[in-house]
Amino acid sequence: MTTASLRSGVSAPASPEHRAQLVPAAALTRRVQPLRRPWQWVATGVVLLLALNFGQTLFTNPAWEWSRVGHWFFNPAILTGLTITLEATAISAVVSFVGGVIVALARRSRNRVLSGAAWLYIWVFRSIPLILVLVFLYNLASLYPKIGVGIPFGPQLQFSTTNVLSDLTLGVVGLSLAEIAFAAEIVRSGLVAVDLGQHEAAKALGIPRYRQFTRIVLPQALRTIVPGYVNQIVGLLKSSSLLFYVSVLDLFGVVQNLQSTYPSEVIPLLVVASVWYLILTSAIALVQYFVERFYNRGLKGAR
Amino acid sequence: MSATSAAAVQIVGAHKSFGDKKVLRGIDLSIEPGTVTAILGPSGSGKSTLLRAVNHLEKLDEGYVAVDGELIGVHLVGDRLKELHEKQILRQRARIGFVFQNFNLFPHLTVIENIVEAPVATGRLPKAAARERALELLAQVGLSDKADAFPRQLSGGQQQRVAIARALALDPQLILFDEPTSALDPELVGEVLAVIRRLAETGRTLVVVTHEIGFAREVADHVVFLDEGVIVEQGSPGDVLVNPTHARTRDFLARVL
Repeated sequence: MTTASLRSGVSAPASPEHRAQLVPAAALTRRVQPLRRPWQWVATGVVLLLALNFGQTLFTNPAWEWSRVGHWFFNPAILTGLTITLEATAISAVVSFVGGVIVALARRSRNRVLSGAAWLYIWVFRSIPLILVLVFLYNLASLYPKIGVGIPFGPQLQFSTTNVLSDLTLGVVGLSLAEIAFAAEIVRSGLVAVDLGQHEAAKALGIPRYRQFTRIVLPQALRTIVPGYVNQIVGLLKSSSLLFYVSVLDLFGVVQNLQSTYPSEVIPLLVVASVWYLILTSAIALVQYFVERFYNRGLKGAR
Repeated sequence: MSATSAAAVQIVGAHKSFGDKKVLRGIDLSIEPGTVTAILGPSGSGKSTLLRAVNHLEKLDEGYVAVDGELIGVHLVGDRLKELHEKQILRQRARIGFVFQNFNLFPHLTVIENIVEAPVATGRLPKAAARERALELLAQVGLSDKADAFPRQLSGGQQQRVAIARALALDPQLILFDEPTSALDPELVGEVLAVIRRLAETGRTLVVVTHEIGFAREVADHVVFLDEGVIVEQGSPGDVLVNPTHARTRDFLARVL
Protein backbone atom coordinates (compact mmCIF):
# COMPACT_ATOMS: atom_id res chain seq x y z
CA MET A 1 0.00 0.00 0.00
CA THR A 2 2.73 2.40 1.01
CA THR A 3 5.02 1.49 -1.89
CA ALA A 4 2.12 1.69 -4.31
CA SER A 5 1.14 5.15 -3.18
CA LEU A 6 4.78 6.27 -3.17
CA ARG A 7 5.25 4.99 -6.71
CA SER A 8 2.16 6.72 -7.97
CA GLY A 9 3.26 9.90 -6.23
CA VAL A 10 0.06 10.27 -4.24
CA SER A 11 1.77 10.92 -0.91
CA ALA A 12 4.48 13.52 -0.39
CA PRO A 13 7.95 12.65 -1.73
CA ALA A 14 10.18 11.02 0.91
CA SER A 15 12.36 13.67 2.58
CA PRO A 16 15.67 12.77 4.35
CA GLU A 17 14.01 13.35 7.76
CA HIS A 18 11.16 11.07 6.75
CA ARG A 19 13.60 8.28 5.80
CA ALA A 20 15.54 8.60 9.04
CA GLN A 21 12.56 7.80 11.21
CA LEU A 22 13.03 4.03 11.56
CA VAL A 23 16.83 3.67 11.49
CA PRO A 24 19.71 6.08 12.15
CA ALA A 25 21.01 7.83 9.06
CA ALA A 26 24.35 6.00 9.29
CA ALA A 27 22.62 2.62 8.80
CA LEU A 28 21.30 3.78 5.43
CA THR A 29 24.78 4.27 3.98
CA ARG A 30 26.03 0.78 4.79
CA ARG A 31 25.38 -2.45 2.87
CA VAL A 32 22.87 -4.86 4.48
CA GLN A 33 24.83 -7.64 6.16
CA PRO A 34 23.87 -11.15 5.00
CA LEU A 35 22.94 -13.79 7.61
CA ARG A 36 25.96 -15.57 9.11
CA ARG A 37 25.87 -19.37 8.83
CA PRO A 38 28.33 -20.76 11.38
CA TRP A 39 27.17 -24.39 11.02
CA GLN A 40 28.35 -24.37 7.44
CA TRP A 41 31.89 -23.93 8.72
CA VAL A 42 31.45 -26.78 11.18
CA ALA A 43 30.15 -29.09 8.44
CA THR A 44 33.02 -28.11 6.16
CA GLY A 45 35.50 -28.87 8.93
CA VAL A 46 34.01 -32.31 9.61
CA VAL A 47 34.04 -33.27 5.93
CA LEU A 48 37.61 -32.08 5.46
CA LEU A 49 38.77 -33.94 8.54
CA LEU A 50 37.22 -37.20 7.35
CA ALA A 51 38.61 -36.75 3.86
CA LEU A 52 42.10 -36.05 5.13
CA ASN A 53 41.98 -39.08 7.43
CA PHE A 54 41.00 -41.38 4.59
CA GLY A 55 43.37 -39.66 2.16
CA GLN A 56 46.23 -40.26 4.52
CA THR A 57 45.58 -44.02 4.59
CA LEU A 58 45.82 -44.13 0.80
CA PHE A 59 49.50 -43.28 1.19
CA THR A 60 50.36 -44.83 4.52
CA ASN A 61 48.52 -48.15 4.23
CA PRO A 62 50.83 -50.45 2.17
CA ALA A 63 47.95 -52.88 1.47
CA TRP A 64 46.70 -50.55 -1.33
CA GLU A 65 49.80 -51.60 -3.28
CA TRP A 66 49.65 -48.70 -5.73
CA SER A 67 52.61 -49.98 -7.72
CA ARG A 68 50.65 -53.18 -8.45
CA VAL A 69 47.64 -51.08 -9.52
CA GLY A 70 49.88 -49.44 -12.10
CA HIS A 71 51.16 -52.85 -13.11
CA TRP A 72 47.70 -54.30 -13.75
CA PHE A 73 46.01 -51.19 -15.16
CA PHE A 74 46.93 -51.79 -18.82
CA ASN A 75 47.33 -55.56 -18.53
CA PRO A 76 46.18 -57.19 -21.82
CA ALA A 77 43.70 -59.47 -20.01
CA ILE A 78 42.17 -56.47 -18.24
CA LEU A 79 41.97 -54.55 -21.52
CA THR A 80 40.29 -57.52 -23.23
CA GLY A 81 37.75 -57.62 -20.40
CA LEU A 82 37.26 -53.88 -20.75
CA THR A 83 36.52 -54.32 -24.47
CA ILE A 84 33.92 -56.98 -23.71
CA THR A 85 32.28 -54.71 -21.12
CA LEU A 86 32.20 -51.84 -23.59
CA GLU A 87 30.88 -54.04 -26.37
CA ALA A 88 28.12 -55.57 -24.26
CA THR A 89 27.10 -52.16 -22.88
CA ALA A 90 27.18 -50.33 -26.20
CA ILE A 91 25.25 -52.97 -28.15
CA SER A 92 22.68 -53.38 -25.37
CA ALA A 93 22.28 -49.61 -25.06
CA VAL A 94 21.49 -49.22 -28.76
CA VAL A 95 19.28 -52.33 -29.00
CA SER A 96 17.43 -51.30 -25.83
CA PHE A 97 16.77 -47.81 -27.10
CA VAL A 98 15.34 -48.98 -30.41
CA GLY A 99 13.41 -51.71 -28.62
CA GLY A 100 12.29 -49.20 -26.00
CA VAL A 101 10.88 -46.86 -28.67
CA ILE A 102 9.01 -49.76 -30.27
CA VAL A 103 7.57 -51.04 -26.97
CA ALA A 104 6.69 -47.48 -25.90
CA LEU A 105 4.83 -46.90 -29.18
CA ALA A 106 3.08 -50.26 -28.81
CA ARG A 107 2.09 -49.31 -25.27
CA ARG A 108 0.51 -46.10 -26.60
CA SER A 109 -1.19 -47.90 -29.48
CA ARG A 110 -4.98 -47.83 -29.83
CA ASN A 111 -4.75 -51.57 -30.56
CA ARG A 112 -5.56 -53.30 -27.27
CA VAL A 113 -3.58 -56.45 -28.13
CA LEU A 114 -0.47 -54.41 -28.91
CA SER A 115 -0.68 -52.19 -25.85
CA GLY A 116 -1.55 -55.19 -23.67
CA ALA A 117 1.44 -57.15 -24.94
CA ALA A 118 3.72 -54.16 -24.32
CA TRP A 119 2.35 -53.77 -20.81
CA LEU A 120 2.88 -57.47 -20.11
CA TYR A 121 6.45 -57.34 -21.42
CA ILE A 122 7.31 -54.35 -19.25
CA TRP A 123 5.66 -55.95 -16.23
CA VAL A 124 7.61 -59.21 -16.60
CA PHE A 125 11.05 -57.82 -17.32
CA ARG A 126 10.86 -55.03 -14.79
CA SER A 127 10.00 -57.58 -12.13
CA ILE A 128 12.53 -60.35 -12.71
CA PRO A 129 16.10 -59.66 -11.49
CA LEU A 130 18.59 -59.41 -14.33
CA ILE A 131 20.70 -62.22 -12.93
CA LEU A 132 17.68 -64.54 -13.14
CA VAL A 133 17.04 -63.55 -16.74
CA LEU A 134 20.68 -64.26 -17.59
CA VAL A 135 20.77 -67.65 -15.89
CA PHE A 136 17.44 -68.52 -17.51
CA LEU A 137 18.88 -67.73 -20.93
CA TYR A 138 22.01 -69.68 -20.06
CA ASN A 139 19.84 -72.73 -19.46
CA LEU A 140 17.55 -72.03 -22.37
CA ALA A 141 18.90 -75.00 -24.31
CA SER A 142 17.52 -77.41 -21.73
CA LEU A 143 14.13 -75.64 -21.83
CA TYR A 144 13.94 -75.14 -25.60
CA PRO A 145 16.64 -77.15 -27.45
CA LYS A 146 15.47 -75.50 -30.65
CA ILE A 147 14.09 -72.01 -31.03
CA GLY A 148 12.25 -70.54 -33.97
CA VAL A 149 9.13 -68.79 -35.14
CA GLY A 150 6.24 -70.06 -37.17
CA ILE A 151 2.53 -70.62 -37.22
CA PRO A 152 1.40 -72.66 -34.19
CA PHE A 153 1.08 -76.30 -35.29
CA GLY A 154 2.10 -75.10 -38.77
CA PRO A 155 5.42 -74.58 -40.55
CA GLN A 156 8.31 -73.37 -38.37
CA LEU A 157 11.67 -71.71 -38.87
CA GLN A 158 13.98 -73.31 -36.32
CA PHE A 159 17.55 -73.10 -35.05
CA SER A 160 19.48 -75.03 -32.46
CA THR A 161 19.56 -72.87 -29.33
CA THR A 162 23.22 -73.44 -28.50
CA ASN A 163 24.28 -72.51 -32.04
CA VAL A 164 22.43 -69.21 -32.09
CA LEU A 165 23.35 -68.00 -28.63
CA SER A 166 27.07 -67.67 -28.04
CA ASP A 167 27.92 -66.58 -24.50
CA LEU A 168 28.36 -62.90 -25.36
CA THR A 169 25.25 -62.85 -27.58
CA LEU A 170 23.34 -64.46 -24.78
CA GLY A 171 24.60 -61.81 -22.39
CA VAL A 172 23.65 -58.97 -24.71
CA VAL A 173 20.22 -60.50 -25.31
CA GLY A 174 19.67 -60.84 -21.56
CA LEU A 175 20.80 -57.29 -20.81
CA SER A 176 18.67 -55.92 -23.64
CA LEU A 177 15.56 -57.89 -22.67
CA ALA A 178 15.64 -56.36 -19.22
CA GLU A 179 16.77 -52.93 -20.38
CA ILE A 180 14.07 -52.55 -23.05
CA ALA A 181 11.43 -52.66 -20.32
CA PHE A 182 13.01 -49.69 -18.54
CA ALA A 183 13.86 -47.86 -21.77
CA ALA A 184 10.23 -48.20 -22.89
CA GLU A 185 9.00 -46.43 -19.78
CA ILE A 186 11.60 -43.67 -20.14
CA VAL A 187 10.71 -43.16 -23.81
CA ARG A 188 6.99 -43.22 -23.01
CA SER A 189 7.37 -40.51 -20.37
CA GLY A 190 9.26 -38.44 -22.93
CA LEU A 191 6.54 -38.88 -25.56
CA VAL A 192 3.80 -37.96 -23.08
CA ALA A 193 5.67 -34.75 -22.25
CA VAL A 194 5.42 -33.45 -25.83
CA ASP A 195 2.62 -30.89 -26.12
CA LEU A 196 -0.49 -32.10 -27.95
CA GLY A 197 -0.39 -28.94 -30.04
CA GLN A 198 2.86 -30.14 -31.61
CA HIS A 199 1.14 -33.27 -32.94
CA GLU A 200 -1.74 -31.13 -34.21
CA ALA A 201 0.51 -28.60 -35.92
CA ALA A 202 2.39 -31.41 -37.67
CA LYS A 203 -0.90 -32.98 -38.77
CA ALA A 204 -2.36 -29.68 -39.93
CA LEU A 205 0.70 -29.08 -42.12
CA GLY A 206 0.16 -32.46 -43.78
CA ILE A 207 3.58 -33.77 -42.70
CA PRO A 208 3.71 -37.55 -43.33
CA ARG A 209 3.16 -39.65 -40.23
CA TYR A 210 6.62 -41.20 -40.00
CA ARG A 211 8.24 -37.79 -40.33
CA GLN A 212 5.87 -36.29 -37.75
CA PHE A 213 7.44 -38.74 -35.31
CA THR A 214 11.09 -38.55 -36.33
CA ARG A 215 11.29 -34.82 -37.02
CA ILE A 216 8.77 -33.19 -34.69
CA VAL A 217 7.80 -35.44 -31.78
CA LEU A 218 10.87 -37.58 -31.04
CA PRO A 219 13.43 -34.73 -31.00
CA GLN A 220 11.29 -32.91 -28.43
CA ALA A 221 10.72 -36.08 -26.42
CA LEU A 222 14.48 -36.71 -26.39
CA ARG A 223 14.94 -33.65 -24.21
CA THR A 224 13.17 -35.53 -21.45
CA ILE A 225 14.44 -38.96 -22.47
CA VAL A 226 18.19 -38.30 -22.60
CA PRO A 227 18.90 -37.66 -18.89
CA GLY A 228 16.84 -40.66 -17.81
CA TYR A 229 18.24 -42.93 -20.46
CA VAL A 230 21.87 -41.99 -19.81
CA ASN A 231 21.27 -42.83 -16.17
CA GLN A 232 19.96 -46.15 -17.40
CA ILE A 233 23.10 -46.72 -19.52
CA VAL A 234 25.29 -46.14 -16.46
CA GLY A 235 23.24 -48.79 -14.67
CA LEU A 236 23.63 -51.02 -17.71
CA LEU A 237 27.41 -50.59 -17.68
CA LYS A 238 27.51 -51.80 -14.11
CA SER A 239 24.92 -54.55 -14.66
CA SER A 240 27.11 -55.93 -17.43
CA SER A 241 29.38 -57.22 -14.65
CA LEU A 242 26.68 -59.83 -14.01
CA LEU A 243 27.62 -61.42 -17.32
CA PHE A 244 30.49 -63.02 -15.40
CA TYR A 245 27.93 -65.45 -13.99
CA VAL A 246 27.10 -66.73 -17.46
CA SER A 247 30.80 -67.23 -18.24
CA VAL A 248 31.39 -64.01 -20.18
CA LEU A 249 34.79 -62.58 -19.25
CA ASP A 250 34.03 -58.88 -19.00
CA LEU A 251 36.14 -56.45 -16.95
CA PHE A 252 34.73 -57.75 -13.68
CA GLY A 253 35.04 -61.38 -14.87
CA VAL A 254 38.69 -60.94 -15.79
CA VAL A 255 39.41 -59.38 -12.41
CA GLN A 256 37.65 -62.28 -10.66
CA ASN A 257 39.75 -64.80 -12.60
CA LEU A 258 43.00 -62.96 -11.95
CA GLN A 259 42.19 -62.84 -8.26
CA SER A 260 42.03 -66.61 -8.02
CA THR A 261 45.35 -66.87 -9.88
CA TYR A 262 47.03 -64.09 -7.84
CA PRO A 263 45.35 -64.20 -4.40
CA SER A 264 47.83 -61.72 -2.97
CA GLU A 265 46.77 -59.03 -5.44
CA VAL A 266 43.06 -58.90 -4.67
CA ILE A 267 43.05 -55.26 -3.52
CA PRO A 268 45.01 -53.72 -6.42
CA LEU A 269 42.88 -55.71 -8.91
CA LEU A 270 39.67 -54.40 -7.33
CA VAL A 271 41.10 -50.88 -7.49
CA VAL A 272 41.94 -51.33 -11.18
CA ALA A 273 38.38 -52.45 -11.97
CA SER A 274 36.86 -49.61 -9.91
CA VAL A 275 39.00 -46.97 -11.61
CA TRP A 276 38.09 -48.28 -15.07
CA TYR A 277 34.36 -48.18 -14.19
CA LEU A 278 34.85 -44.61 -12.91
CA ILE A 279 36.51 -43.63 -16.18
CA LEU A 280 33.77 -45.22 -18.31
CA THR A 281 30.99 -43.56 -16.31
CA SER A 282 32.73 -40.19 -16.57
CA ALA A 283 33.01 -40.64 -20.33
CA ILE A 284 29.28 -41.35 -20.50
CA ALA A 285 28.55 -38.23 -18.43
CA LEU A 286 30.67 -36.16 -20.80
CA VAL A 287 28.76 -37.44 -23.83
CA GLN A 288 25.52 -36.72 -21.96
CA TYR A 289 26.53 -33.10 -21.48
CA PHE A 290 26.89 -32.52 -25.21
CA VAL A 291 23.81 -34.52 -26.19
CA GLU A 292 21.66 -32.62 -23.69
CA ARG A 293 23.03 -29.32 -24.90
CA PHE A 294 22.05 -30.29 -28.43
CA TYR A 295 18.49 -31.25 -27.54
CA ASN A 296 18.02 -28.16 -25.38
CA ARG A 297 18.83 -25.82 -28.23
CA GLY A 298 16.06 -23.33 -28.82
CA LEU A 299 14.72 -23.81 -25.32
CA LYS A 300 16.86 -21.30 -23.50
CA GLY A 301 15.53 -18.21 -25.22
CA ALA A 302 15.85 -14.59 -24.21
CA ARG A 303 12.23 -14.30 -23.10
CA MET B 1 1.12 -12.34 -51.31
CA SER B 2 -0.05 -13.85 -54.55
CA ALA B 3 -2.82 -16.37 -54.82
CA THR B 4 -4.10 -18.33 -57.78
CA SER B 5 -7.75 -19.20 -57.29
CA ALA B 6 -9.45 -19.13 -53.92
CA ALA B 7 -11.32 -22.09 -52.49
CA ALA B 8 -14.98 -22.45 -51.62
CA VAL B 9 -16.04 -24.25 -48.45
CA GLN B 10 -19.27 -26.08 -47.89
CA ILE B 11 -20.33 -27.48 -44.54
CA VAL B 12 -23.44 -29.65 -44.60
CA GLY B 13 -25.36 -31.16 -41.68
CA ALA B 14 -22.37 -31.12 -39.33
CA HIS B 15 -22.94 -32.95 -36.03
CA LYS B 16 -20.35 -33.63 -33.37
CA SER B 17 -20.50 -34.81 -29.75
CA PHE B 18 -17.82 -35.21 -27.12
CA GLY B 19 -19.27 -37.93 -24.93
CA ASP B 20 -22.72 -36.72 -23.92
CA LYS B 21 -22.03 -33.14 -24.86
CA LYS B 22 -23.40 -32.14 -28.25
CA VAL B 23 -20.98 -29.55 -29.58
CA LEU B 24 -22.25 -29.19 -33.15
CA ARG B 25 -25.94 -29.74 -33.76
CA GLY B 26 -26.53 -29.58 -37.47
CA ILE B 27 -24.45 -26.83 -39.04
CA ASP B 28 -24.93 -25.79 -42.66
CA LEU B 29 -22.61 -23.13 -43.96
CA SER B 30 -21.52 -22.01 -47.39
CA ILE B 31 -18.38 -19.93 -47.76
CA GLU B 32 -17.75 -18.14 -51.05
CA PRO B 33 -14.27 -18.29 -52.58
CA GLY B 34 -12.05 -15.31 -51.83
CA THR B 35 -14.12 -14.07 -48.91
CA VAL B 36 -13.25 -13.48 -45.26
CA THR B 37 -15.63 -15.17 -42.85
CA ALA B 38 -15.58 -14.37 -39.14
CA ILE B 39 -17.07 -16.94 -36.79
CA LEU B 40 -18.16 -15.48 -33.46
CA GLY B 41 -19.79 -16.98 -30.42
CA PRO B 42 -19.48 -17.48 -26.68
CA SER B 43 -16.95 -19.99 -25.41
CA GLY B 44 -18.27 -23.52 -25.72
CA SER B 45 -20.46 -22.57 -28.65
CA GLY B 46 -18.63 -25.02 -30.92
CA LYS B 47 -16.89 -22.46 -33.13
CA SER B 48 -13.38 -23.93 -32.71
CA THR B 49 -14.69 -27.47 -33.22
CA LEU B 50 -16.39 -26.34 -36.43
CA LEU B 51 -13.19 -24.73 -37.71
CA ARG B 52 -11.11 -27.79 -36.82
CA ALA B 53 -13.60 -30.00 -38.63
CA VAL B 54 -12.85 -28.12 -41.86
CA ASN B 55 -9.37 -29.69 -42.09
CA HIS B 56 -10.45 -32.87 -40.27
CA LEU B 57 -8.49 -32.21 -37.08
CA GLU B 58 -11.90 -32.98 -35.61
CA LYS B 59 -13.93 -35.84 -37.09
CA LEU B 60 -17.61 -35.14 -37.62
CA ASP B 61 -20.10 -37.72 -36.35
CA GLU B 62 -22.51 -36.81 -39.14
CA GLY B 63 -22.43 -34.47 -42.10
CA TYR B 64 -19.49 -33.39 -44.20
CA VAL B 65 -17.12 -30.63 -45.18
CA ALA B 66 -16.18 -30.05 -48.80
CA VAL B 67 -13.50 -27.71 -50.12
CA ASP B 68 -13.90 -26.84 -53.79
CA GLY B 69 -16.32 -29.73 -54.15
CA GLU B 70 -13.90 -32.29 -52.66
CA LEU B 71 -14.99 -34.10 -49.50
CA ILE B 72 -12.50 -33.58 -46.67
CA GLY B 73 -11.41 -36.56 -44.57
CA VAL B 74 -14.12 -38.85 -45.92
CA HIS B 75 -15.34 -40.42 -49.14
CA LEU B 76 -18.63 -41.80 -50.28
CA VAL B 77 -18.91 -45.58 -50.42
CA GLY B 78 -22.36 -46.61 -51.62
CA ASP B 79 -24.68 -44.49 -49.48
CA ARG B 80 -22.27 -44.03 -46.59
CA LEU B 81 -19.44 -41.64 -45.71
CA LYS B 82 -16.27 -43.45 -44.68
CA GLU B 83 -13.11 -41.98 -43.24
CA LEU B 84 -10.22 -41.71 -45.68
CA HIS B 85 -6.82 -43.27 -45.13
CA GLU B 86 -4.56 -41.03 -43.05
CA LYS B 87 -2.19 -40.49 -45.97
CA GLN B 88 -4.96 -39.01 -48.11
CA ILE B 89 -6.17 -36.81 -45.24
CA LEU B 90 -2.64 -35.45 -44.78
CA ARG B 91 -2.48 -34.66 -48.48
CA GLN B 92 -5.76 -32.73 -48.22
CA ARG B 93 -4.57 -30.86 -45.13
CA ALA B 94 -1.44 -29.72 -46.94
CA ARG B 95 -3.72 -27.59 -49.13
CA ILE B 96 -5.46 -25.94 -46.17
CA GLY B 97 -3.58 -23.54 -43.92
CA PHE B 98 -4.29 -23.63 -40.19
CA VAL B 99 -3.18 -21.06 -37.61
CA PHE B 100 -3.52 -22.05 -33.96
CA GLN B 101 -4.40 -19.95 -30.94
CA ASN B 102 -1.16 -21.05 -29.23
CA PHE B 103 0.96 -20.77 -32.41
CA ASN B 104 2.30 -24.32 -31.94
CA LEU B 105 5.60 -23.48 -33.57
CA PHE B 106 8.14 -26.29 -33.33
CA PRO B 107 10.35 -25.06 -30.45
CA HIS B 108 13.40 -27.17 -31.38
CA LEU B 109 13.57 -25.73 -34.91
CA THR B 110 14.59 -22.22 -35.94
CA VAL B 111 12.07 -19.87 -37.50
CA ILE B 112 13.18 -20.70 -41.03
CA GLU B 113 13.29 -24.43 -40.30
CA ASN B 114 9.71 -24.17 -39.03
CA ILE B 115 8.60 -22.66 -42.33
CA VAL B 116 10.65 -24.94 -44.58
CA GLU B 117 9.54 -28.15 -42.85
CA ALA B 118 6.12 -28.73 -44.44
CA PRO B 119 6.91 -27.96 -48.09
CA VAL B 120 9.98 -30.19 -47.90
CA ALA B 121 8.29 -32.97 -45.92
CA THR B 122 5.38 -33.13 -48.33
CA GLY B 123 7.71 -33.09 -51.33
CA ARG B 124 6.17 -29.84 -52.55
CA LEU B 125 9.48 -28.00 -52.92
CA PRO B 126 13.18 -28.93 -52.89
CA LYS B 127 15.06 -27.61 -49.88
CA ALA B 128 16.73 -24.64 -51.54
CA ALA B 129 13.52 -23.41 -53.16
CA ALA B 130 11.64 -23.86 -49.89
CA ARG B 131 14.25 -21.74 -48.11
CA GLU B 132 13.97 -19.00 -50.69
CA ARG B 133 10.16 -19.04 -50.39
CA ALA B 134 10.44 -18.99 -46.59
CA LEU B 135 12.61 -15.86 -46.69
CA GLU B 136 10.04 -14.18 -48.95
CA LEU B 137 7.26 -15.06 -46.53
CA LEU B 138 9.26 -13.80 -43.57
CA ALA B 139 9.72 -10.51 -45.38
CA GLN B 140 5.96 -10.34 -45.93
CA VAL B 141 5.22 -10.75 -42.22
CA GLY B 142 8.03 -8.30 -41.37
CA LEU B 143 10.41 -10.74 -39.69
CA SER B 144 13.29 -11.02 -42.15
CA ASP B 145 15.83 -10.55 -39.37
CA LYS B 146 14.45 -13.44 -37.29
CA ALA B 147 15.10 -16.32 -39.71
CA ASP B 148 17.66 -18.00 -37.48
CA ALA B 149 16.02 -17.23 -34.14
CA PHE B 150 14.28 -19.91 -32.13
CA PRO B 151 10.55 -19.43 -31.40
CA ARG B 152 11.23 -18.93 -27.68
CA GLN B 153 13.27 -15.85 -28.47
CA LEU B 154 10.30 -14.12 -30.11
CA SER B 155 7.34 -12.24 -28.67
CA GLY B 156 3.89 -13.82 -28.94
CA GLY B 157 2.96 -11.54 -31.83
CA GLN B 158 6.14 -12.41 -33.70
CA GLN B 159 5.55 -16.12 -33.08
CA GLN B 160 2.04 -15.89 -34.48
CA ARG B 161 3.35 -14.07 -37.57
CA VAL B 162 5.88 -16.89 -38.07
CA ALA B 163 3.02 -19.38 -37.68
CA ILE B 164 1.12 -17.56 -40.42
CA ALA B 165 4.20 -17.63 -42.66
CA ARG B 166 4.51 -21.35 -41.94
CA ALA B 167 0.90 -21.92 -43.01
CA LEU B 168 1.50 -19.85 -46.17
CA ALA B 169 4.53 -21.92 -47.15
CA LEU B 170 2.19 -24.56 -48.58
CA ASP B 171 0.44 -21.90 -50.69
CA PRO B 172 -3.03 -22.74 -49.41
CA GLN B 173 -6.06 -21.18 -51.07
CA LEU B 174 -7.96 -21.57 -47.82
CA ILE B 175 -6.58 -20.53 -44.43
CA LEU B 176 -8.28 -21.23 -41.10
CA PHE B 177 -7.49 -19.11 -38.04
CA ASP B 178 -8.44 -20.44 -34.60
CA GLU B 179 -8.59 -17.40 -32.30
CA PRO B 180 -5.25 -16.15 -33.64
CA THR B 181 -4.94 -13.26 -31.19
CA SER B 182 -6.47 -14.73 -28.02
CA ALA B 183 -3.13 -15.78 -26.51
CA LEU B 184 -1.49 -12.42 -27.15
CA ASP B 185 -0.81 -9.46 -24.89
CA PRO B 186 -3.17 -6.62 -25.92
CA GLU B 187 -0.42 -4.48 -27.41
CA LEU B 188 0.65 -7.33 -29.74
CA VAL B 189 -2.80 -8.04 -31.22
CA GLY B 190 -2.56 -5.28 -33.80
CA GLU B 191 0.53 -6.58 -35.61
CA VAL B 192 -1.07 -10.01 -36.14
CA LEU B 193 -4.38 -8.55 -37.28
CA ALA B 194 -2.49 -6.33 -39.73
CA VAL B 195 -0.92 -9.41 -41.33
CA ILE B 196 -4.31 -11.14 -41.60
CA ARG B 197 -5.85 -7.97 -43.04
CA ARG B 198 -3.20 -7.89 -45.77
CA LEU B 199 -3.79 -11.59 -46.46
CA ALA B 200 -7.48 -10.85 -46.96
CA GLU B 201 -6.54 -8.61 -49.89
CA THR B 202 -4.77 -11.46 -51.73
CA GLY B 203 -8.03 -13.13 -52.67
CA ARG B 204 -7.52 -16.22 -50.53
CA THR B 205 -10.47 -17.60 -48.62
CA LEU B 206 -10.03 -16.90 -44.89
CA VAL B 207 -12.11 -18.29 -42.04
CA VAL B 208 -11.37 -16.66 -38.70
CA VAL B 209 -12.71 -17.69 -35.32
CA THR B 210 -12.26 -14.55 -33.28
CA HIS B 211 -13.28 -12.40 -30.36
CA GLU B 212 -12.09 -9.23 -32.08
CA ILE B 213 -15.45 -7.68 -33.02
CA GLY B 214 -13.79 -4.58 -34.43
CA PHE B 215 -11.62 -6.68 -36.70
CA ALA B 216 -14.62 -8.73 -37.84
CA ARG B 217 -16.57 -5.59 -38.66
CA GLU B 218 -13.70 -4.08 -40.60
CA VAL B 219 -12.30 -7.07 -42.49
CA ALA B 220 -14.97 -9.78 -42.71
CA ASP B 221 -17.30 -10.10 -45.69
CA HIS B 222 -19.47 -12.52 -43.82
CA VAL B 223 -20.10 -12.94 -40.09
CA VAL B 224 -21.46 -16.12 -38.53
CA PHE B 225 -22.75 -16.15 -34.96
CA LEU B 226 -22.73 -19.57 -33.31
CA ASP B 227 -24.30 -20.57 -30.01
CA GLU B 228 -24.79 -24.00 -28.45
CA GLY B 229 -23.76 -25.78 -31.62
CA VAL B 230 -26.10 -24.05 -34.05
CA ILE B 231 -25.80 -21.00 -36.30
CA VAL B 232 -28.02 -18.40 -34.68
CA GLU B 233 -27.52 -15.72 -37.27
CA GLN B 234 -25.28 -14.94 -40.24
CA GLY B 235 -24.87 -12.20 -42.77
CA SER B 236 -22.84 -9.10 -43.54
CA PRO B 237 -20.99 -7.47 -40.61
CA GLY B 238 -23.44 -4.60 -40.81
CA ASP B 239 -26.40 -6.93 -40.35
CA VAL B 240 -25.04 -9.23 -37.66
CA LEU B 241 -22.87 -6.84 -35.68
CA VAL B 242 -24.75 -3.59 -36.02
CA ASN B 243 -28.37 -4.71 -36.32
CA PRO B 244 -28.56 -8.23 -34.87
CA THR B 245 -32.03 -9.75 -35.08
CA HIS B 246 -31.61 -12.38 -32.38
CA ALA B 247 -31.60 -11.75 -28.66
CA ARG B 248 -28.70 -14.17 -28.15
CA THR B 249 -26.54 -12.26 -30.62
CA ARG B 250 -27.43 -8.97 -28.96
CA ASP B 251 -26.58 -10.38 -25.50
CA PHE B 252 -23.23 -11.66 -26.73
CA LEU B 253 -22.30 -8.39 -28.42
CA ALA B 254 -23.33 -6.44 -25.35
CA ARG B 255 -20.98 -8.56 -23.26
CA VAL B 256 -17.91 -8.40 -25.51
CA LEU B 257 -18.13 -4.79 -26.66
